[in-house]
Amino acid sequence: MTETFAIQLCNISKSFQGNKVLDGVNLKVKKGTILALLGPNGAGKTTTIRILSTLLKADGGEAFVNGFEVSRYSKKVRENIGLTGQYAAVDEFLSGRENLEMMGRLYHLGAKESKQRAHELLEQFSLTEAASRSVKTYSGGMRRRLDLAASLVATPPVLFLDEPTTGLDPRSRLAMWDVIEKLVEAKVTILLTTQYLEEADQLADEIAVLDSGKIIAQGTANELKAKVGKERLEIVVHEKSSFKKAVEILNIEAVEVDESRRSISISTEGSVGEIRRLLDKMEQAGIEVEGLNLHKPTLDDVFLRLTGHKTEQEREHIDS
Amino acid sequence: MTYIVGTIQPKKHSQVYWLFSDSWVLIQRSLKHIFKNPDQLLGLTIQPVMFMLLFRYVFGGAISTGGTSYVNFLVAGILVQSVAFGSLTTSLSVATDLQKGLIDRLKSLPIAAWGVMMGHVTADLVRNIIQAIILILVGLLVGFRPLASLLDWVAILGIVLIFTFAISWVAAIMGLLAKSIEAVQWMGFFLVFPLTFASAAFAPTSTMPWALRVFAENQPVTHVIESIRALMNGLPVGNHAFFAVGWCLLITALAIPVATRLFRQHTGR
Repeated sequence: MTETFAIQLCNISKSFQGNKVLDGVNLKVKKGTILALLGPNGAGKTTTIRILSTLLKADGGEAFVNGFEVSRYSKKVRENIGLTGQYAAVDEFLSGRENLEMMGRLYHLGAKESKQRAHELLEQFSLTEAASRSVKTYSGGMRRRLDLAASLVATPPVLFLDEPTTGLDPRSRLAMWDVIEKLVEAKVTILLTTQYLEEADQLADEIAVLDSGKIIAQGTANELKAKVGKERLEIVVHEKSSFKKAVEILNIEAVEVDESRRSISISTEGSVGEIRRLLDKMEQAGIEVEGLNLHKPTLDDVFLRLTGHKTEQEREHIDS
Repeated sequence: MTYIVGTIQPKKHSQVYWLFSDSWVLIQRSLKHIFKNPDQLLGLTIQPVMFMLLFRYVFGGAISTGGTSYVNFLVAGILVQSVAFGSLTTSLSVATDLQKGLIDRLKSLPIAAWGVMMGHVTADLVRNIIQAIILILVGLLVGFRPLASLLDWVAILGIVLIFTFAISWVAAIMGLLAKSIEAVQWMGFFLVFPLTFASAAFAPTSTMPWALRVFAENQPVTHVIESIRALMNGLPVGNHAFFAVGWCLLITALAIPVATRLFRQHTGR
């Protein structure tokens, strides 16, 4: 296959017990770039990663990592990848150093070199002080850092990061972003999954949106945002009686209408002029505005725009 | 200077070299667990010691064992039972590795990842030897007077190792099949409890009802116990050793392919 792409998925499908998890996924990641696979829980992100990292066989389609087809050349693929899963996959009883040394040995770096590499990585991930303690005593953030370090022992050209920051506190998240940015500078190709638009925006060259097993959009953060609108303005009308009228007036611009909360959301540039224009419109119609909220677009907004429905999580939330 | 990206390249050796090297690394890992998790070793040792005291002093007086003293009869039974339960540690370790995602990680490496099971089984061998030595020492304290020669002891060691190896691979299968850590516990209990109690471990089989007796006299654990018991007491082993070793080899020969196959197929969460 062409050498410009480090990761390629061609029409990949996968079902579990008759349940279609991936339904013809097509995706390409250029060498030395980072692509964020964005999607809610259950969209098929982890399944995609598991297929690419040879842990799972696809039912149909072909997938290539650095030019090697994943099911036929799984061993070659494994020599080219590093994997960091959703759960810190490290040995609890061993110390941080022992974990990294073990990974080095298993990546066939040699005993002495594994020690050296462990030392480098512990320093790089600010784990030197805790290096001799057993991992059981580590905090969540430390475990994740160790986990990521473990996948970098052999410096694979392609790295899969499955929700690397889910469940981390803000400080650890920023530290993780910092590390990922350094990896990008070092020209490692990264496929990262995330539920957070903000994270994809911050880190990725390109974003692919996965929903119910299909890629529904792919592009740079700016291209996606252009579809969603930069900001979202929520206008809350004071009286129920005037709500309908307000909806009529703003109909063309409205992205979302919520009758119970008497709110109308509009995609906007967020400029003062724009807000004034909208408020003037309401005033002319004699509608009293109770409140205004300005939001940055969220994953839900992207979904709403692209699919016309909310994310599964959001729907469940509303149903319950 | 950033070390995020390393400069060390993998070494070049033959596949056979790496198979041994990888297995050894994973065995070392499991061996470290024995001493990094002393609670486990302690738990596994205390239980059989309690059983020994219970049977020696509470039930023992009521059980007739013919020529040999009850304590001389008992040690082999307790030893084999504790070894069987000890071998179940592999189930727990394999299930934990699966749950924690460690097996996923190992499978994404260019290695024979089933070596991780080999590691746990080897750790069972070492743990069981430690446990057996402690148990025999306690036995000596409560009146156990073995008549075994040095060669007999070597034979006992051999049987304990072969038996542990067989049960540990079955335990690995249970670890792979278990849906949770809790499931591992009852699965292991379900397998080992009937095999060790419906056996010649604590009482001669001659007083058991017919059906139980047929089972107890022919199942592998009884053969293992009877061989070790005869060796300990300097009595003729008969064909028990033959059946004991035969059973263990058969179980191992069946369990290893099943375990490796399940391991490869395992898709986890």
